[in-house]
Amino acid sequence: MLATIGAGSIDDLFADVPAAALQRAPIAGLPLHASERAVERHMAALAAQALTADQAPFFCGAGAYRHHIPASVDHLIQRGEFLTAYTPYQPEIAQGTLQVLFEFQTQVARLFGGDVANASLYDGSTACWEAVAMATRVTRRHRAVLSGGLHPHYTATARTMAHFAGDDVCVLPTRAQADSDDAAVIAAIDDTTACVVVQYPDVLGRIPDLAAIAAAAHSHGALLVAVVTEPVALGLIESPGALGADIVVGEGQALGVGLQFGGPYLGLFACSAKFVRQMPGRLCGETLDADGRRSFVLTLATREQHIRRDKATSNICTNSGLCALAFSIHLSLLGGLGLQTMAQVSHDRAVRTAQALAAINGVCVINHTWFNEFAVRLPVAAAPVVDALAAHGILGGVPLSRLCPDRADLADVLLIAASECTEADDIAALAGALQEILA
Amino acid sequence: MNDISPTRWHGAGETVTGNRALALEEPLIFELGSVDRCGVDFDEAPLVALPTLPRRAAPVDLPGLSEPECVRHYTRLSRQNYAIDLGLFPLGSCTMKHNPRLNEKVARMPGFAQVHPLQPVGTVQGALGVIAQLADWLVQLTGMAAVAMSPKAGAHGELCGLMAIHAALEARGEAGTRRKILVPDSAHGTNPATAAFAGFEVAPIPAGPDGRVDLAALLAQLGPDVAGVMITNPNTCGLFERDLRTIADAVHAAGGYVYCDGANFNAIVGRVRPGDLGVDAMHINLHKTFSTPHGGGGPGSGPVVLSPALAPYAPLPFVVRDDHGLRLVETADGESTAFGRMCAFHGQMGMFTRALAFILTHGADGLAQVANDAVLNANYLLARLKDVLDAPFAVSGPCMHEALFSDAGFAEGFSTLDLAKGLIDEGYHPMTVYFPLVVHGAMLVEPTETESRAALDQFITAMRDLAARARAGDPALHSAPHHAPRRRVDETLAARKPRLVWQAQ
Repeated sequence: MLATIGAGSIDDLFADVPAAALQRAPIAGLPLHASERAVERHMAALAAQALTADQAPFFCGAGAYRHHIPASVDHLIQRGEFLTAYTPYQPEIAQGTLQVLFEFQTQVARLFGGDVANASLYDGSTACWEAVAMATRVTRRHRAVLSGGLHPHYTATARTMAHFAGDDVCVLPTRAQADSDDAAVIAAIDDTTACVVVQYPDVLGRIPDLAAIAAAAHSHGALLVAVVTEPVALGLIESPGALGADIVVGEGQALGVGLQFGGPYLGLFACSAKFVRQMPGRLCGETLDADGRRSFVLTLATREQHIRRDKATSNICTNSGLCALAFSIHLSLLGGLGLQTMAQVSHDRAVRTAQALAAINGVCVINHTWFNEFAVRLPVAAAPVVDALAAHGILGGVPLSRLCPDRADLADVLLIAASECTEADDIAALAGALQEILA
Repeated sequence: MNDISPTRWHGAGETVTGNRALALEEPLIFELGSVDRCGVDFDEAPLVALPTLPRRAAPVDLPGLSEPECVRHYTRLSRQNYAIDLGLFPLGSCTMKHNPRLNEKVARMPGFAQVHPLQPVGTVQGALGVIAQLADWLVQLTGMAAVAMSPKAGAHGELCGLMAIHAALEARGEAGTRRKILVPDSAHGTNPATAAFAGFEVAPIPAGPDGRVDLAALLAQLGPDVAGVMITNPNTCGLFERDLRTIADAVHAAGGYVYCDGANFNAIVGRVRPGDLGVDAMHINLHKTFSTPHGGGGPGSGPVVLSPALAPYAPLPFVVRDDHGLRLVETADGESTAFGRMCAFHGQMGMFTRALAFILTHGADGLAQVANDAVLNANYLLARLKDVLDAPFAVSGPCMHEALFSDAGFAEGFSTLDLAKGLIDEGYHPMTVYFPLVVHGAMLVEPTETESRAALDQFITAMRDLAARARAGDPALHSAPHHAPRRRVDETLAARKPRLVWQAQ
């Protein structure tokens, strides 16, 4: 091959690299190559240093939820034609991915109660910021009000982005009270507000009155951005779009994707049809091929960075295609009724957990409303309790201090989530251990 | 009996179902399923009374499928996709190489896949170990000071790098005056979009006649209003920016920073450390260089390596080691100069495990061979095709991991698109087309290191034939593809009347 090229050596092909910068020996600090067996052994040894969700009674949520993923989901996403395909820029040989995206967009739009949805973003937190950025484009205003019930990581992400983009965010404090901060959110909206961002259910699991907030936002010419971090909830509670939300974003991880220590996850984005040309991310649309057959193709690309460059609606390129596939398969297996059943069982397990914990001396359930996650106040700081539970082999929820470390007044709040995976034995183990630790 | 009527006889090319043997047409789930069908079992359990919930009136209108229907639906759809598992996928700049299956197995180990991002850190030491180990090796491979692991893809990494630059300028009190980011015309579209979203103005730099950044034009733009430059190296013409060190020194002397788009790092991994060339920030697409699967458009992962000048501004969170083992720094304390958080949780763990397994498998020696073989394969393609396809920069020195061609010499009315669609009929995914913008009818061909010589030779044969047909003006090429699941699709129709969700007719 070198002879065909007309080069004497491989290094001749690196002739444009300054000689001093070309490495002639393997870079120090890394091992040399290893066999498949050796690599697997190394990684398995690392993986063994964990207490995993399938080993332990498990109650963690706070933006990432454990649900049972049917075996066919992982089997199907590992088909090489899905796993090892690229972005479907050549539609004639990418109808598989494109039809999946079209189905996914329709599922997300229906789930969220929007007219249209995109083909996914990175995760819920970045989707949340994209929604704020879109609201500023639509309204030509630059102030966003963020509810204190918004996941603190989402708030932090929006703060960072707003700082550099030159937008103003008004962040309401997180409060550990029985109801969500609807009144404070409504009071913070003014005529310069581009959007108000409300999580539904919120980070403590409470369910805000979106219709009231939407009405208040709209009366000031502002948009309501609803954020759903637990899409399974929508099996039981009304879709945000039906309650007046203009943009609905969310984290799709709960369906099909799994915990994966926080990523890759799945950003969901739906909105009203009138905003479609301001949407971020890829869109798949229906069309015809030269023979008149129904086909799908990426469309409205003039919004996107590869065409519009510095005037694009977002800089996103790679999205979460494979996670969107997993989500879509799981939701296809469930159907509307199955989603409702899954939600009902999850809710049931959360109610049982709450009842068991409320019976412990000194523990009180904070929420008036919740779906599968709620907050309890402990008589002591929650973080050491969670560590002590872990020592008992129990993953006993997320201390709110993990998300709000600078708020001493929230140190005794513990977030507890349940799902259809939560067994009676798990609840008994948690309640028993907690009682022992608090005694 | 009456079924056998003359109208039921078909020609050899037609079928009742629309299927053609293994080429199976597949309806949408909305046409197949129903809201009350479910392919998932739930344990039966008495449900306790529900507390007040604003309950929806009816289930969400979503179709359900049985498990066999579901498996068949997605299996049928998968067969309408081209994929690297099926053949050579020479998509320039996108780096479609074999995805080793060990990495899939590793990513699914419960210690990585079945752990929650907010579990006590004492229960996730192995997962944190993966992040710390990968971070350390990315720093070693690039010769940089630090790495931010949380960016979710390349463009998110660009944002991270530019926000670090913005934060550094704020710390110097110059964020108000240094507003301009210089971006070459040949850059990926994400570069100017990112600069805009990070709060900068974009100033374009032309490409020189040799396909590299026009050094004089760049130097002429440097001044007290320049925050930095974004340069792709190797660049999108497939060339190494040999003046990068000179550019970096000049940018630094003028008070700016150098962002390197690392989309093409796979061409130099193990051979060149960008830190040695004066780079201040560079994202690494783990899904390119370290071969995590592209998944039909994602997920990716875009860790950003940072120079000593920018390292203090790296975003949250990051992993540190103390007396108790590994822990996460998730929020800023009073001392912190971190520019903030870019996303929830800690980054693309599922990509980290795969990338780490890739690095372990290859080692420092194997990674250098990755670069060597990628560059060798691209130069071999260039050498074997440049007599039949215009290669505008073949005289500019060896290409790196990809070779750039133009449509010069095609018959009147024949374009790059025709050749690309012809490639589909030959069983290949087309190369990247019409990018970079600095070449008319660009065709950017990246074979990657995982193609054998035999595979390259077969591809070359197909390309030479297609080039000859485009030059001769073979009308059949205009209507290609002829053998794909679909003929050319009407993109104009899709954009003029957007139908983005399914609706019952």
